[in-house]
This record gives sequence, structure tokens and C-alpha cells, in this order.
Amino acid sequence: MADSMTAAVTAAAQPRSSSLQRLARRRSSIAFLMTLPLICVILGLVVYPAGYAIYLSMLSRRMDEFVGLTQYDILIESDTFWLVVFQSCFFAVTAVIAKAAIGFWLAHMLHHIPTKGQRKWRGMLLVPWVIPPALSTLGWWWMYDPTYSSLNWILAIFAVPAVPWLGEPWWARVSVIIVNVWYGAPFFMIMYLAALKSVPEQLYEAAAIDGASSWQRLRYITLPMMQNIISITVLFSLIVTFANYDIVRVLTNGGPRDLTHLFATYAFQVGILSGNIPRGAAVSLFMLPLLAVFAFFILRGVNQRNKEMN
Amino acid sequence: MANVSLRNLVKEYDGGVQAVKGINLDIQDHEFVVLVGPSGCGKTTTLRMIAGLEEITKGEIDIGGNVVNDVPPRDRDIAMVFQNYALYPHMSVYDNMAFGLTLRKFARSEIDKRVKNAARILDIEALLERKPKALSGGQRQRVAMGRAIVRDPKVFLFDEPLSNLDAKLRVQMRTEIKKVHQTVRTTTVYVTHDQVEAMTLADRVVVMNHGIIEQVGPPQELYHHPTTRFVAGFIGSPAMNFIPARVENDAVHLADGTFLPIPDARRERYAPAAGRDLLFGIRPEHLTEQRIGPNRADIIITPEVIEPMGMETLVHFHFGDARDFCAKIDPTAHAAPGERLVLTADMSNMHLLDAATGRVL
Repeated sequence: MADSMTAAVTAAAQPRSSSLQRLARRRSSIAFLMTLPLICVILGLVVYPAGYAIYLSMLSRRMDEFVGLTQYDILIESDTFWLVVFQSCFFAVTAVIAKAAIGFWLAHMLHHIPTKGQRKWRGMLLVPWVIPPALSTLGWWWMYDPTYSSLNWILAIFAVPAVPWLGEPWWARVSVIIVNVWYGAPFFMIMYLAALKSVPEQLYEAAAIDGASSWQRLRYITLPMMQNIISITVLFSLIVTFANYDIVRVLTNGGPRDLTHLFATYAFQVGILSGNIPRGAAVSLFMLPLLAVFAFFILRGVNQRNKEMN
Repeated sequence: MANVSLRNLVKEYDGGVQAVKGINLDIQDHEFVVLVGPSGCGKTTTLRMIAGLEEITKGEIDIGGNVVNDVPPRDRDIAMVFQNYALYPHMSVYDNMAFGLTLRKFARSEIDKRVKNAARILDIEALLERKPKALSGGQRQRVAMGRAIVRDPKVFLFDEPLSNLDAKLRVQMRTEIKKVHQTVRTTTVYVTHDQVEAMTLADRVVVMNHGIIEQVGPPQELYHHPTTRFVAGFIGSPAMNFIPARVENDAVHLADGTFLPIPDARRERYAPAAGRDLLFGIRPEHLTEQRIGPNRADIIITPEVIEPMGMETLVHFHFGDARDFCAKIDPTAHAAPGERLVLTADMSNMHLLDAATGRVL
């Protein structure tokens, strides 16, 4: 009865409503309208700058002539650029591996602390991540000072000779990585802690009865169950670490001898400081294909596992 | 295969809450024992202590002649089937079943033989390559059982394995479990809150309540000779009816004023209880439409609700102070709500309980 009445009302209303009104009532139209602000934001803040960067990278130094891929050609032939590529990859891969390992270890430790005390420790361990990195890096810069720093002072107590933290290329590379790891490990910790908490306790119990030692439970239950979170966190961190700017800028400013430059700091130096904006844009755009390849493989793995497990 | 003995087993949680209060139980080799009781009675805690997943506060657990209190689960040679199956979601059915054997470094050929054999017993040969996600509830349950079977352990532990299945599948899987036990004959401890499961599966049923064992015995014994009010009320569906009563002059004098004669065979047994506050208990199936015969007594009631079940009809009525009394009558017998009805109590199946202690006399 009620159904037939609704049908009658709808039928009566339909001839009067215009096709525009019908379009506005469709679920897909509503969905489109609701996402429109986001689409505008993405167009304005992502697509336009990216397109503009591509356009810039194809101009001459004075930006008055279209030179196609010449800027890229020049970069590929430059030794400094290849050093930047090496340093960026070395920095990102080493730092991400260290962050993932330390984050996993911390998460595992935290997971086994009773819930009551856990919040306190979780809060403390998150501190590096919530301090603005430019500020905390400044702190590290003081600690790395060769003459008056606390680090060398501690080494001196143990009769270890002073380390030229930021003066010698390999030490400088390691120093930059240490700061990035210190800053980024808490993010991994918090993600892994959430993932650890989502593994059903009964799987561990079943594995314990099946005969798994604690190492085997980690290897065969925890890690496979966390694989998606691990992959996504690694991808996320890889992108952010690859594009890192502030730590290198504050700590070494790319030195010594341009050996600690990353894509972002090098692009800044070439584009802004040296006034060659097109080449700076070309440097920063070089990150794109590298990250796209990482992202493709990691996300494909995540999708596959999602389909199988959930 | 092994015996399992629990001696003065106690489980006390932080804050002094005792979940298990000193239970003793001997389970024989090949036996299928079901622990049954309401939620929070300590049955699952007991099972988890046998598995080694829960620490023992006091007492001893002995599996196959060895005290296993301090032995980790993996060295107890037990297998457990969990309520929500606990299958490893990232492994195929085959790998789920093979996992325990792989960890124990069995030869690949032996693993293959055992997994295929278990799959054949459980009729899941076609599912071996699938992931748990692609299985139905019943199939997952079979895989969980398969994982236990391939290990050929000393003891099988089942923790409410059928409670996540729908009613029809539950009956089917119950039969499967019984069939599997008849094939592999491994000592089994099975926990459930469903008394029908307990009655149908068990060689012996252990009824637990508030952390203690109320009664242990074969299903028929528990049904016909319960020793406590709890067991009498817990076993059987619908539950046994109780009404306050006294024994006077070889008859049961019910609270509503009805006199029911005590059968000759029981007079001597009940004589010492004369004058004490008692409870008269009778199962719905022993309270039928009017029938003539020895040891039967009629009562007149007014039905409140009639529930036709097909093969029988349930009649609910007030009886004295007892709010919900229930009788099972033949579906062809006429009964209507509000109309007077004569029922016959089969007094040879009556029970008298001490009202104070709840013990069956």
C-alpha cells in the first residue's frame, strides 16, 4: 500500500522535474559534487605546479626559449648530478631500512609492555617525531660540532679520537642518516604498533601449539600479517625521505664538496641559489620516475595480498 | 595417545578472582570428554591450562604420565581447534595443515601423505590450494580439524568449535567430529556450552559451574541420575521443572497442595527426608497427556502457552509458585490455552532434591 503510494507520487512528480534536477539527484552526480572541492585543491596544488615544473624544465636558463629535453641531457652528463642520485638513493634506502628496523623493534618492545605503562612510553618515544625537524636538526648540529660538541666529549671520555662528524664525506653522510632515522623511527613504531595490535592473539596461540618458537612466530605469523602495513609505511617513508630537504639544508647544506646533497637540496641550490630555475625543476622531476617504480611494485604487492587475505 | 589427569587444578587471576577452584579429573586414553557449563564456569580456562596457553596457579596437569605444568604448548604434543578457527590467513589450506609438521621438520613426503590423508577424512581435498578467505564457515572448521589431525597428537582439544556455525551446519559438523573421533581415536577434551553437543558427542560429560565440577558421567547417567540441582536443570531441553515440596506419608506434598504418591521402589530412599524442605523435580518429557499405568499420577492444570513442535507439543503453565512449568504432550492430544487439562506425571522418573543444599536425594 505504502509502496504503491510512493510509486504514484514519484510518477506524478517525474514529468515536472527537469532533466537537470534528475541529473542532480543521481548518486554519481552527488558524489562528484561532493568531491569537487577536493578535485579543485588537487588541480590547484598538485597538477598545476607539476605541469608548470615540467614546462619550466624545458626552458633555457633565462627562461626565454623552449629547449626541449636539453636540461635533462646536461644533468645526465654532469658528475655532480650522479653523485646526488647516488647520495639520494643511499640516504633514502639506508635511512628507511634503519627506521623500519628500529621502529619494528620499538613497536615489539612496546607491544609487550602492559597497556597501563604503554601510553607513557609511547608518548615519550614519539617526541622526536613531533618536534619540527628544522629545530631538532639544529640541536643535532650542535651535537655534531667537532670541537665543543657533546658527542665528541663523550667519545673523549672513552679515549676515542674526535670524529669530524660533518667535515668528512662519509661521516657527514652517516650523520645526516642518523638524524633522519632519529626523526622518522617513531612514525614506523606507531604504525607497526597498530599493526601488531591487529594480529589476532589466537593465531599466536595456534602457532605456539603447532610448535612455533617465538622467533618462528615472528617469522611465520607476525611478519606476514604485517606485510601490508610494512610495505605501505616503507613506501610512504621512502617518498618522504627521498624528498627530504630540511635535515641536509640545516646540517651540511650539501657539503662537504656537494657530497651530501639530495634531490631537493640540490634542486634548491641549482634552481634558487644559482638562479637556474629550469635546471632546478629538471633535478626535482628526476625523482618522479624513481618513486613511481617503487610505488608501482609495492602497491601491486599490497593489492595482491589484500585480495588473498581479506 | 595418552591419559590426561587434572589434580587440584586452580586458576586464579590478578585481583584474586578464581576461575577454576581445584578440580580433579581423569581422562582415559581414547576417551572423548566434554566439558560443559554456562559462560564463566571455568571450562575454557581449564582447556587452555591443558593446552599450556594459561598458567596454572595451583595443582598439576599430567599428560601421558608426565606432569606438564612447566612444559610450553609446543612440547605438550597436543592439537587444538579454536572457536574462530585461528587459520593463518596468509597460508593456503595445505600450508595451514602442514605448518605444524614443517616446524617439526618432518620429511616433505611424510607431510604430503598426512595432509592428503587428513583432507580425505575431512573431505576437503579440493580445497587444499585455497586461502582461508575463500572458504565457508564449515570448510574452515574442517581445515582447523585437519590441522589438528595431521599432527597425530596425544590429545585433541576443542574450544567451542561449532559455536560460529549456523544451526544446520552445527548438527552436520557434530556428526563429522564424532565420525573423525571414531576413526582416529585420539583422546579428546571438548568444551561447549551447548548441552546437546555435550550429550551427543561425549563418552563422558563433565558439568562445570562456578569453577568447580558439579558431576562427571556418561550422558545417560547425567540425564537420568543428576546429583545436583544445577546438573538436573542444565542437562535436558526444555529444562527440568522444579517446585517446593515435602515428603509426607509416602507421598510428595507439592507447594500448590497436590499429593503425588512416591513409587514403592523409592519409599525407603525418601523416608529420612520427611518433614524437610525439598524440591520436586520432573522433566517435561515425564509430564505427559493423561496416561494410565503404574507409578503415574495425574495433575490438573490450565495451559498458558501451547507450542506445537511437530513431533511433540510443549505446554507451559503456572504450577503453584513455579512460574514456568513445562510438559511435553503428544501432538494429537487436545490442549488449548486457558482450557483445563489433565497431565500425568511419570513418578518413576521423578527427582527429589534437598532445597538447602541442592543435592539430589
